Amino acid sequence: MPSTAQYLMLSATLFAIGIVGVIIRRNMITVLMSIELMLNAVNINLVAFSHRLADLQGQVFTIFVITVAAGEAAVGLAIMIQLYRLRSTVNVDEVKTLHG
Amino acid sequence: MTWGDTIYLLPEIVISIGACLLLIAPVMRRGGGVVRASGAPSGGGARTAKWTMLAILVLTAVAVIASSGLVADVAQTKTFASMFALDSFAIFFKLLFIATMAMLVLLSDDYLAASRYSAWEYYSLLSFALCGMMFMVSGVHLAAIYIGLELLSLSSYILAGYFKNELKSTEAAMKYFVLGTVSSAILLYGISLIYGVTGTLNLMRIADAMSTLVTNDALMFGIMLLGAGLCFKIAAAPFHVWTPDVYEGAPTPITAFLSTASKSAAFAIFARIFYVGMHHFRLDWQVVLAIIAALSMIIGNLAAITQDNIKRMLAYSSIGHAGYVLLGIISVSEMGLYGVLVYSVVYVFATLGIWATVLMLSKHEYAGEQVSDFEGLHRRAPLWAFAMIIFLLSLGGIPPTAGFIGKYFLFYAAVGAGFGWLAIVAVLMSAVSMFFYFRIVMAMYLRDGDGQAEVVSSGGLKLVAAICLVVTLLFGILPGPLVEQAKISGGWVAKRVAANNAQR
Repeated sequence: MPSTAQYLMLSATLFAIGIVGVIIRRNMITVLMSIELMLNAVNINLVAFSHRLADLQGQVFTIFVITVAAGEAAVGLAIMIQLYRLRSTVNVDEVKTLHG
Repeated sequence: MTWGDTIYLLPEIVISIGACLLLIAPVMRRGGGVVRASGAPSGGGARTAKWTMLAILVLTAVAVIASSGLVADVAQTKTFASMFALDSFAIFFKLLFIATMAMLVLLSDDYLAASRYSAWEYYSLLSFALCGMMFMVSGVHLAAIYIGLELLSLSSYILAGYFKNELKSTEAAMKYFVLGTVSSAILLYGISLIYGVTGTLNLMRIADAMSTLVTNDALMFGIMLLGAGLCFKIAAAPFHVWTPDVYEGAPTPITAFLSTASKSAAFAIFARIFYVGMHHFRLDWQVVLAIIAALSMIIGNLAAITQDNIKRMLAYSSIGHAGYVLLGIISVSEMGLYGVLVYSVVYVFATLGIWATVLMLSKHEYAGEQVSDFEGLHRRAPLWAFAMIIFLLSLGGIPPTAGFIGKYFLFYAAVGAGFGWLAIVAVLMSAVSMFFYFRIVMAMYLRDGDGQAEVVSSGGLKLVAAICLVVTLLFGILPGPLVEQAKISGGWVAKRVAANNAQR
């Protein structure tokens, strides 16, 4: 049985991979996957703490986070499809009409 | 929890049903046919949608006022496993949001009718966003606050990209979505660490747990991540990079929504989470937030000077205003809470008035957005030019407008909490802000316009501008009622926290 600290290490690693992915990857689909990775790192954290504290709140919260993540993916993909229709690309760098 | 508790959720239930109704109404009208979002101009349909939306907002306001009768019963104000509080603080903001939303409907009306997009879905999304805002200001549990925040955010992403055949709008939605979801994830990671250390998600119990803890790295990391996520939502520097692009690209009424209702909802939860939950560790986070506040005021106001697009200028100015409101949150005092409440009201009304003027000049999708479009406005529309001056003075914090009262409370609270240097930065930056606000005034009065931007004012826009003008001047000259209400609502939260601390 892994300890809570090991779960936290795993979650921190996943979160870091997610952040790096959002920053260095230019493909919007990969960015979306990285965001999902960050949310799932949070879920691992919440469940690990929930188990350690013998308290159910964390696990209930996880269910909500999963639901929200699904909604986010739906909205993100919809925006991406529209972007592809207008520009025929999902590369974040090639979309820069707005200066800044 | 019993079924009787659902009465506390009445306003949220009303607005949710209303949002669903707005979504299915056009389908029912066309006998179950497919609704095309980018179909033919829906002139008549847009008007019906507007009145339906306004009726729903009136019903929601009635529900809020009806349920506020229950506030007197202290023991009953926390329901659903201590997740949801219908307190005076929440009711103050709920009524502010409903009023803002009603004015946004009036602002959106002509703009939408002139576009090719469905008004029904637009109002439905606004209703869902309103439901999210109302839920999150009532949340006293980090999970409830998060769900409300996400409902608001997801609706906002779609609304920012509502003009889906315009590249600018879609690009704004994409940028808002990527940065918004990353910030939500950061905020959640912070919440998970706080949960791990304190063992609870309820704000009051987090405070209880923290009072027995010494500073601890995991907890500090959690508080900082939570703060970073919230700073993104209120658009404080250095988490502000999305703001100018999103404000410029989004449809103008949605920019108005993002800079008023959505922003004040974020102020409200920021104040509640840090005042109620984190006050025991204030010495650890006050300084960090003070630096963020100073950065926001400096970056926001200095960057606004060079902007020629009015939407971008107001975006930078709103970054500066986030910095001012942070003064109230940093001070962790009753005075600071009053400041946040008063400033939210003052800022919302002045900003909405400015957006009404901008919308009056924008004949179609992205016109009338340059500062040069305001040239010679005093001859073409003298009353609008005068109203614009009052709104700009209020944002700058000059008496006798309401902006002065708001800034007075915030600066006073900062000095009282020992952040004199921050108050000095705030005063200096207010002076800088007058510089770029007066660029608009100069364009309106001192330059002769060639009248490129046509003045198209409708009844709705005039009504919004008139309401904002009256409120801005009235609360500037007679601040009594607003300040009294802020003291009751802010004092409620402060009293609960003090009682909880005294109990132990």
